[in-house]
Amino acid sequence: MVSRESRKKFLIMGKKDKDKKSLIKASHGWAALNLRDLWLYRELIFFMTWRDLKVRYKQTLLGASWAILQPFLTMIVFSIFFGNLAKVPSDGVPYPIFSYTALIPWTLFSKALQDASRSLVANRHMITKVYFPRMILPLSSVMAGLVDFLIAFVVLLGMMWYYKIPPTANVWVLPIFLLLALVTAVGVGLWLSALNVLFRDINYVLPFLTQFWMYLTPVAYPSSMVPTEWQVIYALNPMAGVIEGFRWALLGTGQPPGIMTLVSSIAAVVLLISGMFYFRRMERLFADMV
Amino acid sequence: MEKTAIKATNLGKKYAIGSSINAYRTLRETISEKFSIKNKQPQTSEVLPDHIWALKDVSFKVEKGEVLGIIGRNGAGKSTLLKILSRVTEPTEGSVQIYGRVGSLLEVGTGFHPELTGGENIYLNGAILGMKKNEIKSKFDEIVSFAEVEKFIDTPVKRYSSGMYLRLAFAVAAHLEPEILVVDEVLAVGDAEFQRKCLGKMSDVAKQGRTVLFVSHNMSAILRLTEKTLVIDKGNLLLRAPTAKAVDYYLSSGLTQEGQRIWQPEEIDQKSHFTPVSIRVLDEKGTVIETVRSTESFFIEVEYLVRKPIKGLRVGIYLITSHGEFVFTSFDMDSTEKFESYAVRKAGLYHSRVKIPANILNGGRYVLGINASSYRIKTYFHDEQALAFNVDSSGAPGTQWPESRLGPIRPALEWEIKKIKNANK
Repeated sequence: MVSRESRKKFLIMGKKDKDKKSLIKASHGWAALNLRDLWLYRELIFFMTWRDLKVRYKQTLLGASWAILQPFLTMIVFSIFFGNLAKVPSDGVPYPIFSYTALIPWTLFSKALQDASRSLVANRHMITKVYFPRMILPLSSVMAGLVDFLIAFVVLLGMMWYYKIPPTANVWVLPIFLLLALVTAVGVGLWLSALNVLFRDINYVLPFLTQFWMYLTPVAYPSSMVPTEWQVIYALNPMAGVIEGFRWALLGTGQPPGIMTLVSSIAAVVLLISGMFYFRRMERLFADMV
Repeated sequence: MEKTAIKATNLGKKYAIGSSINAYRTLRETISEKFSIKNKQPQTSEVLPDHIWALKDVSFKVEKGEVLGIIGRNGAGKSTLLKILSRVTEPTEGSVQIYGRVGSLLEVGTGFHPELTGGENIYLNGAILGMKKNEIKSKFDEIVSFAEVEKFIDTPVKRYSSGMYLRLAFAVAAHLEPEILVVDEVLAVGDAEFQRKCLGKMSDVAKQGRTVLFVSHNMSAILRLTEKTLVIDKGNLLLRAPTAKAVDYYLSSGLTQEGQRIWQPEEIDQKSHFTPVSIRVLDEKGTVIETVRSTESFFIEVEYLVRKPIKGLRVGIYLITSHGEFVFTSFDMDSTEKFESYAVRKAGLYHSRVKIPANILNGGRYVLGINASSYRIKTYFHDEQALAFNVDSSGAPGTQWPESRLGPIRPALEWEIKKIKNANK
C-alpha cells in the first residue's frame, strides 16, 4: 500500500519536472498544433463538458426532454410534409423512422456547430484572464452535444421496436459513423469559432449555413435520389456519409460503406486538420480581439 | 545559486488602436480595407490605424524564490506584462524564458458559473487554473475551510453574498501550487480580515521558495511582501530596485515636482462632466511650493471644470504617506452648510481649496490623491497619486531631539506635567 502511494507521488513529481522551462515569444505564420498542451489539460475538456451539461437545461420547464423533443418534433413535421404530402421515398421503411434515424446525428451536428461557434466569444472572460489551450472550448461544446445524442438515441430504439425493425448485423459499425460525425463537427466548429472571434458575421451566417447544409444532406430524402454520377461529389459533404452509414447500420437501407464513405471520411479529416491549424494560427489573437 | 525563474528579454507588445481593438470586425470591413489598401497604397500608409506600444523593450530577470513587486500607474503596462507572463497573450517582440509552472491570479473567480454549487465551482475553477482533478480533491477541504463557506458548499454560487463569492474564488486560486505565482490586485477584495488572510497566504507561498510576482496599487502591501520592485511607466521599465527605493521613486517621480500637477488633455476623459485642471500646494501667501513647513499652515487647491450641472458633486483629497498609508480623506462638501448650498454644482470652472493647519503633519514625503464623485451615484475622477510634496519638520514640537518621529502626524499637543507627591526620603 505504502509503496504504491509513494510511487504515485513520484509519478506526479516526475510529470511536473517534465514541463519545466518554457519559452514565450511571438509566433509567426502557421503554429504547431501543440497537442501536448491539449493532453495536459484533458481533464478540463471533461469539466467544461460537464459544466455545459449541468447548466444547459437549468430553469427550463422540460429540462433534458428537449434533447428528445427537438429531433422528434422535426421528425413529425417531416413525416407530415415530406412523407405524407410530398410522398418522398424512404427506401422501403416507414418515413418517420427513416427521417428520425437521420435527424439524431444531424441534430448532434447542427447543435455542435451552433454551440462551438459561440464558445470562444461566450467564454471571453476566461480567455482574457487565464491560459489554457483554447481548443478546449469548441471541443467541449461538441462533446456536450453527445449526451443529448445518446438520450435521443434511446427513443430511436423505442421506435425500432414499435415498427418492428430489428437492427442489422452491421450495427457494430455505428460508433465509427458517430466518430465521423464528431470529427466533422469539431472540424467545422473550429473553423467557425475562430472566425467568429474576428468576424461576428458568423452569428448571422450560421442559420443559413445549417439550413443549406441540411438540404445537401440526405436527412429528409434518401441519397438514392441523387443521380449516380453526382454521388461522389455529393459525398464530399461528410454528413452525407454519416447519415448513409447510420441508415445502413440500423435500418439496412441504402448502400453498404464504399467509395462514398471513403470520400466523406477524407473530407472530414481534411476539415478537422485544416480547422485545427487555422484555429492555432488565429489563437494568438483571441485574447486581444475577443 | 544561479537559479533563474523568469528571464524576459526585450519584451514588447503592440496594440492597434481604433476600430480593430475595441469593436470586432465584420467581413465587409476587412474586405473593403483590403481593397482600399490595394487601390491607394501610397497615401493610406499614414492613415492606417495607429499602434500603441503597451510594453516596449522590457528586460528583467527574476530569481527563484524572489518576491517581486510591480508598480505603475493605470495603463502603464503592468497588466499586459502579467498577461504575457501567464501566456494569455503573446508578445509582439522579445521573449520570456520561464522555468516552472506559472499560476496566475489575474482575476479571481474566472470561469465560476452562477448556477453551479460552491463545490462544483471549486472543481471547475481549479481545472481552469490548471490543477489536476486529484490535486483539487486532495485540497478540497482546505479550500472550503479557507473560504469559510462550509455551510454553503452545496448552494449555487448565485445565492452567495459577494464576500463569500470572492473568498471562495480566492481560496481556489490560493491553493494552486505553481512554481511561479502571478498576482494582480486581488487584495482589493474582501473585508480587512480576509485581506490579512490573503496576504498571509501569499507570504507563505513566498516562504516555500516559490517565485511571486505581485502587482498592486497598495504600497504598504508591496512594501510588506516584496523585496524588489519594478517600476513601469508608459510601457517602459523605469527602475528595478529594492522595494523601499522603488516605492519612493514611484511616488515622487512621474508625478510632477514643483508642488503642482496640471492634467494634460490626453490624460483625462474629455467627455466627462467633470474634468480636473490642476492640483497644487500653496503656502500661506498663495505661492506654489513643493516643500511646506510643518510649523506653518498651507493650502491644497484643486481646480476643475464642471461641464454639466452635477447633483451632489463632492471634490476631495486623500493624504497618503510615502508608504501608501492613508492619513486622511476630506471632501469640500463635508460641512452641513456646504452640503446644502452646493446640492447641485452648476457648470463652470471652480477651485476647492482647503487649509491644512500648522503643527499637524510630521516631516517626510506625502502624496495627494483626488476624488470627485457623487455619493453612491458615480465617481467622476479618481487618482490616488496626483501629486507628491514634502513636509519639513524643522522647528516642530520635539525637534530639540534630532531623531525621526514615528507616525505620519506630529501635532502640537498640550502636555501637563504635575508633581503629585514628593518622593519619600
